[in-house]
Amino acid sequence: MYEILTALDEARRLIVGVDSKLAEIVLLSLRVSLTAVLLASLIGLPLGAAIAVSRFPGRQTLIVVLNALMGLPPVVVGLVVYLLLSRAGPLGQFGILFTPAAMVVAQTILIFPIVAALSRQVIEDAWQEYRDQLRSLGAGPIASALTLLWDTRFSLVTIVLAGFGRAAAEVGAVIIVGGNIDGVTRVMTTAIALETSKGDLPLALGLGVILITLVLALNAAAYWVKDTAQRRYG
Amino acid sequence: MLPLVLDSLSFGINGKTIIDRVSVEIGAGPRTIILGPNGAGKSVLMRLCHGLLKPTSGSIAWRGAANGRNRQAMVFQRPVMLRRSALANVIYGLELAGVSPRESDLRARDVLDAVGLAGIADRPARVLSGGEQQKLALARAWALGPEVLFLDEPTANLDPGAMRDVETIIGQIRAGGTKIVMTTHNLGQAKRVGDEILFLSQGRLVERTPVDQFFVKPESAEADAFIRGELPWS
Repeated sequence: MYEILTALDEARRLIVGVDSKLAEIVLLSLRVSLTAVLLASLIGLPLGAAIAVSRFPGRQTLIVVLNALMGLPPVVVGLVVYLLLSRAGPLGQFGILFTPAAMVVAQTILIFPIVAALSRQVIEDAWQEYRDQLRSLGAGPIASALTLLWDTRFSLVTIVLAGFGRAAAEVGAVIIVGGNIDGVTRVMTTAIALETSKGDLPLALGLGVILITLVLALNAAAYWVKDTAQRRYG
Repeated sequence: MLPLVLDSLSFGINGKTIIDRVSVEIGAGPRTIILGPNGAGKSVLMRLCHGLLKPTSGSIAWRGAANGRNRQAMVFQRPVMLRRSALANVIYGLELAGVSPRESDLRARDVLDAVGLAGIADRPARVLSGGEQQKLALARAWALGPEVLFLDEPTANLDPGAMRDVETIIGQIRAGGTKIVMTTHNLGQAKRVGDEILFLSQGRLVERTPVDQFFVKPESAEADAFIRGELPWS
């Protein structure tokens, strides 16, 4: 118990004093996961909207597959991306294995199904309500999809933040494709794993506190955005 | 684009016939009320006419000169408001119809003024009252300058005050030369707003009579029974 308290106190000192090593790790985490969530949204939101407003053979299968992909195990994604990016792999020539870019690729693959599947659901529900009205006003499939993306924007914010939460909290994919290299690819989750096994509890705990605070703050923000917006815009 | 000619128009879903060989010509001029008991197919017939549903057999044709654009609009029983301001809702329809942003803004403001909503142009549309939303839906349709306006039970969910307002607006729209085709449950409203009645029963068009005659001396036994059954509550 005493050890934990000492570690917590040390962690507090690292956070309050903005320890440079700690800051570097936190910033890299944010950079990687925010880039991944941006890319995943650029792919996932239009894909979700497109599936929501269109009917084509194999659509149901696609939806089931997307839903299933939401539960992708991060280590498996890490492994697949590792194989693709490794020197002998099909994308080996880019030489991005063990760089932040590889981590972004892995996290994007991990979370775009979440963004696509959940936005498909939200947009399709809205489409049921809007369909006749939009068609009456002469909106084609693309105009309808864009309108629905905009009209469901508050729910989509929550979905995107859920994606970010998943990216920031996973360790399996980034540790495989990033390699947890100090100063290059070490992020919060991989650092926690490493420091804990090394016995450096203060740094691990400090990072853990920051990670949890970040996820809490994001969820609070998401809730607030949705709640305020819904009261204002209905 | 009028007259609208329906030739042996039928519509069924899952083997159940909803519209059964309706043939009728709807011309410019008289306000047409589609009347009939619940489940007679009034809404479906209107959606077929507006092009939201495809007939199972038979045909729908606009026989008049179209002048390029498809100049018809529809107002639904439950208005669907986009998650943006009242003004932006009207502008949305205009821009989809190819009107320039500048012109759209001017026209939208004019029409909001005409329906008495100028004061709430900048309020989010989805938090307006039911009556205001329906007036806004009428404004959105009216702004398009339709040759034909379909109204599907536009006052079914409104209180008497809002119903009066809506009827007044329909009168204004009609005064501008727009053909009115409306379904209603309310016999009093059918008398006030209509010139002729198309009476539907079980998907068939059983009679077409001027309003004055319909309520005094309907031609069909079905209409007679309907009026007797409904009048005490109208």
